[in-house]
Amino acid sequence: MAKPSIAVNEPGRRVFLLGNLAIARGALEAGVRVAAAYPGTPSSEILDAIAGVAPELGIHAEWSANEKVALEVAIGASYAGARAMAAMKHVGVNVALDALATLAYTGVNGALVLVSADDPGMHSSQNEQDNRLLARFAKVPCLEPYDAQSAKDYTRHAFELSEKFQTPVMLRTTTRVSHAKGDVTLGELPDFRGEKFSFQKDARRYVCVPAHSRELHPILNRKLAELERYANGSELNRMRLEGEKGIVVAGVARNYVLEAVESLGVEVSILELGITHPLPRRLLERFLGHVEEVLVVEELEPFIEEQVRALCGDVAVRGKDLVPREGELTPEQVEQAVARFLGVEYSPPPRRSPRLELPPRPPVLCPGCSHRALFYALKKVTKRKIYAGDIGCYTLGAMPPLRAMDTCLCMGSGVSQAQGFYHAGVEEEVVALIGDSTFLHAGLPALLNAAYNRAEILVVILDNRTTAMTGHQPHPGVGVTATGEETFALDFAALAKALGASYVAKVRPNDFEATLRVLEEALSRRGLRVVIAEEPCALLGKKQGLWKTPPRVVEERCEGYLCSACRACLRIGCPGVGWENGRARIIEELCTGCGLCIAVCPNEAIVEVERC
Amino acid sequence: MLTNILIAGVGGQGIILLSDVLGNAAISSGLSVRGSETHGMAQRGGSVVAHVRIGEARSPLIPRGRADYLLALEPLEALRYLDYLKEGCLAAVSTSPIPPASVHAKVAGYPCVEEVLEELSEYAEVFRVNALKLAKRAGAVLTANVVMLGALSALPGFPLDAQTLRESVASRVPPKTVEMNLKAFNLGREAVKG
Repeated sequence: MAKPSIAVNEPGRRVFLLGNLAIARGALEAGVRVAAAYPGTPSSEILDAIAGVAPELGIHAEWSANEKVALEVAIGASYAGARAMAAMKHVGVNVALDALATLAYTGVNGALVLVSADDPGMHSSQNEQDNRLLARFAKVPCLEPYDAQSAKDYTRHAFELSEKFQTPVMLRTTTRVSHAKGDVTLGELPDFRGEKFSFQKDARRYVCVPAHSRELHPILNRKLAELERYANGSELNRMRLEGEKGIVVAGVARNYVLEAVESLGVEVSILELGITHPLPRRLLERFLGHVEEVLVVEELEPFIEEQVRALCGDVAVRGKDLVPREGELTPEQVEQAVARFLGVEYSPPPRRSPRLELPPRPPVLCPGCSHRALFYALKKVTKRKIYAGDIGCYTLGAMPPLRAMDTCLCMGSGVSQAQGFYHAGVEEEVVALIGDSTFLHAGLPALLNAAYNRAEILVVILDNRTTAMTGHQPHPGVGVTATGEETFALDFAALAKALGASYVAKVRPNDFEATLRVLEEALSRRGLRVVIAEEPCALLGKKQGLWKTPPRVVEERCEGYLCSACRACLRIGCPGVGWENGRARIIEELCTGCGLCIAVCPNEAIVEVERC
Repeated sequence: MLTNILIAGVGGQGIILLSDVLGNAAISSGLSVRGSETHGMAQRGGSVVAHVRIGEARSPLIPRGRADYLLALEPLEALRYLDYLKEGCLAAVSTSPIPPASVHAKVAGYPCVEEVLEELSEYAEVFRVNALKLAKRAGAVLTANVVMLGALSALPGFPLDAQTLRESVASRVPPKTVEMNLKAFNLGREAVKG
């Protein structure tokens, strides 16, 4: 196939790019030398794309163990003078916040851009926090692109700003920027190979002990004031004055506002903000001086609105009274808000629900997913249990019919929560369920803690040999780097022993009987027990040729039509097993041949097909 | 001139490929293009929708009531987005159902495909395509998405020409499957043209 479009050096060429690929391209155009990330929707494609071209361009690209590590790798590189980038989803910035909150004090050398991909509406997240608040908290400037072209251009701009002011810069996107697509005009791709960097020691700046940080804090505050002056005159903020009412808008909502204004055919002043921290107050004051009433349109928190209220004087400020504070905005919501603000007629297109009742189609564990086998085996072991869960594909196991997850809060929290359940003295067995990548991200200290504090829990590491949910990124357990080079692979069992587990066993969940036996054994013991359930992700298994021939249903043995209570094969919730004419049916287009349905059928009615 | 295309289907059917093919074909035709799609948790066999807007658009999302074309890779999924359809919308719909897990587990029923298409035809002009059969004829069930793209390209007034789309398909699929995919595309076109 053709060369990846993000690595084409044809300035002026238009290409169709996902927002995240446009960010990757912007970083390449800016001369990024070190890029580190932990995968998380909607950010993952940024590093996927950079890693794909990194060897050729002499860039170091890595999947880091977690977001804090990723940011710190980028910090080190930028201290040495390189242009560095760290990319993560919004909640990943929470993990990296310890580093970020002091980073602005030291500032950077070279450049450092932190991409925070927020997820309003929670397409694939546990919350919908607004990370502009974290940019403000950590005292770093925040740029908000609004489409694919601006995603590329703002990324370049963020690097330039970072270099100029020696500050980390947050590039904050949302799902509808990161996962929107558009035609992007490419810029030049300069050759940065062979650039050399060296670290200039400066303890008063880089060693954040109290005496130094006390000196650094006022410097940082002066820098923020300079950045605000810069923002007041920046081309990223656009003002047009047409009428006595005004709209202030940032992010993807810029598109919705501009389309609404065109569609309603109204005249209104608009201030589009590309830099939302520090907020350009002088510019806002000029805008407010021209209007009598202002509407702030922004997704999630009233971040700009509250700051505008502090400046507004006599100008009436509208915002979250017209624009929803939860979820992602839609074009209709914005058009309605704009129409109400301007007092013009607008009736949103009618909602239509079909007369036919549509069965829901939520995301499910894939056919052949080994998590299903593990969950089903756990449920079979007859002991009352609490399942402290975690973040990944396996969180889907919380849904019926498996219902094998009782909590899910944040990365790595299941193991420590399980410990808390145990120390609270619950009667049930406490089981922590955590994926391989999640375990390495934040479960490792939790497991150590459980051992140290003598918690008697069972920890199951669901090791599907990849970071599956976000698109199969490698991690330190699989022996391959982000750029496909071979590297060491962590031995989970040896690690669990080293961290203090008293019982460690490894199973292949697709060997259902063996899995049952090991889980029974593990649950009959005391102490801190770790079971590593290792089976490659079914989607990876397909690429590796691990799929087997789908099994066959032996009609005379399938009693479903006699005994409606059976249907054991349906209780595993596999999309590859259906029910037709009172019998099980294997849906061959979906089946991976994992064999779980064979194992759970009490009548041996589902049998393996001999390969020809 | 703006053409809004809504693509609906099930995670894993290759909807992102279709939006890439359409976007690249639009650029080759000298048109602007924007869109938005579903990644991550929302895939995994769940309902998936992609928006593609060819021409002068700003928003990556099609506003409700403004879709000119509906491309449904699964009949049931065609009915989930009635809100988006413009009056006079043209819909190319695969008649091959993929029952969700909730249907197999007997917690919900899959409606009769005829009834689905009947209700849809109250809101759009429906072009039926037996995508599964045609994909098998092309050489692989996996080409069903490209069959449907071929069907879409043959609907009246579609803004991108077939040859540009064929070239875009050929540049996006694995080299070994180009021939098969082009066959799928052509079978889809013929299915609509009759």
